[in-house]
Amino acid sequence: MDPEKRPPPVSRRQFASVAAAAAAGFILTACGPKRLRELSRERLAALLEDLEKDYTKRFGTAVVVADTPPIEGVTFAYALDLSRCIGCRRCVYACVEENNQSRDPEVQWIRVLGMNKEKGIDFSESDPYYQPAEVPEEGHFYVPVACQQCRNAPCTKVCPTGATWTEPDGIVVIDYDWCVGCRYCMAACPYGARHFNWAEPTIPRDHLNTKTHYLGNRPRPKGVVEKCTFCIQRVRAGRYPACVEVCPVGARKFGNLLDPKSEIRYVIENKRVLVLKEELNTMPKFFYFYGT
Amino acid sequence: MRGLYVMALALALVASAAAPVALAQHPSPAPLPRAGPPPAEERVEVPPPPFTDGIFPCTSCHASLKVNRVRRPLADMHGDIVLTHDEQHRWCLDCHDPDNRDWLHLASGEKVPFEQSYLLCGQCHGEKLRDWRAGVHGRRTGEWNGHKGYLLCAHCHNPHQPRFRAVTPKPAPARPSAAK
Repeated sequence: MDPEKRPPPVSRRQFASVAAAAAAGFILTACGPKRLRELSRERLAALLEDLEKDYTKRFGTAVVVADTPPIEGVTFAYALDLSRCIGCRRCVYACVEENNQSRDPEVQWIRVLGMNKEKGIDFSESDPYYQPAEVPEEGHFYVPVACQQCRNAPCTKVCPTGATWTEPDGIVVIDYDWCVGCRYCMAACPYGARHFNWAEPTIPRDHLNTKTHYLGNRPRPKGVVEKCTFCIQRVRAGRYPACVEVCPVGARKFGNLLDPKSEIRYVIENKRVLVLKEELNTMPKFFYFYGT
Repeated sequence: MRGLYVMALALALVASAAAPVALAQHPSPAPLPRAGPPPAEERVEVPPPPFTDGIFPCTSCHASLKVNRVRRPLADMHGDIVLTHDEQHRWCLDCHDPDNRDWLHLASGEKVPFEQSYLLCGQCHGEKLRDWRAGVHGRRTGEWNGHKGYLLCAHCHNPHQPRFRAVTPKPAPARPSAAK
């Protein structure tokens, strides 16, 4: 090499300052906020305690923020009987209450699509705003849509901060502390299942569900995305999701996909089953079936 | 070229001959759960039947009454019952036991208690009974991985008018145009 074109040698001072900056940067990021799965037990406990204190002060009632882990050998799945659903929207409001969704501006994780029997499942013909005096209406059927908990979830792939991911039990979750509100995930979701807090969410004090989970129904700030988590705070404790319990016609079924004796497996093995937008290869764990 | 064609033909023949054999060797599917009456130990745990207040036991009145099988408007009691459940072919004592009104009875004459009324319903609605046993027809209570509770058919369906009544839907979501 031509000695004149050789880059100038790094001086002792330059090397020392770059090394010091790198070391400082490393220490700063190591001490700064971490993703949930990278946190040590002590720091996680401290974080949850801080959140509980904050919520308790804000709402004037004792709030619990749990971090119940997934259960080994469990993959959650859901099945909904399209031949039974009457479109009464009881599930929508049970979900709002259970999961502390904002009342104003209105956020609802479940959307019930009113469908025309002659058109079949055609989203361009669906109407979520139906409001007749009585349901079910003649010639109509109803398709409630919430997060489909895809095995090949497009939403988690586009998140620039890693704020949303799939848990080992198959639930797609969001860490509201890491969400920067870019809404890429909302654009990526083909089911319209993700919702954005455009303004500060409001929950009446006496309607707050005080049993919360860090990745689920804890109160959210303005500017983050939220969605159905299969009621992570309930199902990891063995309970059924709120929508399953409230459904007056028993159209909603929930259980462990890996348990051959679960209701979900019976449905998949014995009924006509479909998933929404199968052609997109999102592989939902939310199945629709015809029980009759 | 001709060699290839012959080979393909031979392969196709072999494949078609092998197919039925493969099918025959396939293990037969597990037998479907029975719809018929189960043995006594298989009794399903359910909450108490949804009787109208103070109406049970039926024998407190019926023990002293004469059995009347005639189809008639019920004037003295039970005037609130409207039968729209295959009413052309049925009347009270086709399901309620004439000898002891605190029991129901199957078509065979076998008595069943109200707590096992699903056996009575399952005589005609066998496939529903099968799904119900699996927890797929009707509401399930309890826990998904723990104790699972069942409801009787009559907890949701009025046995005399089993079709669900229409309900008022909860309010529709706000349209985006309504956002402030």
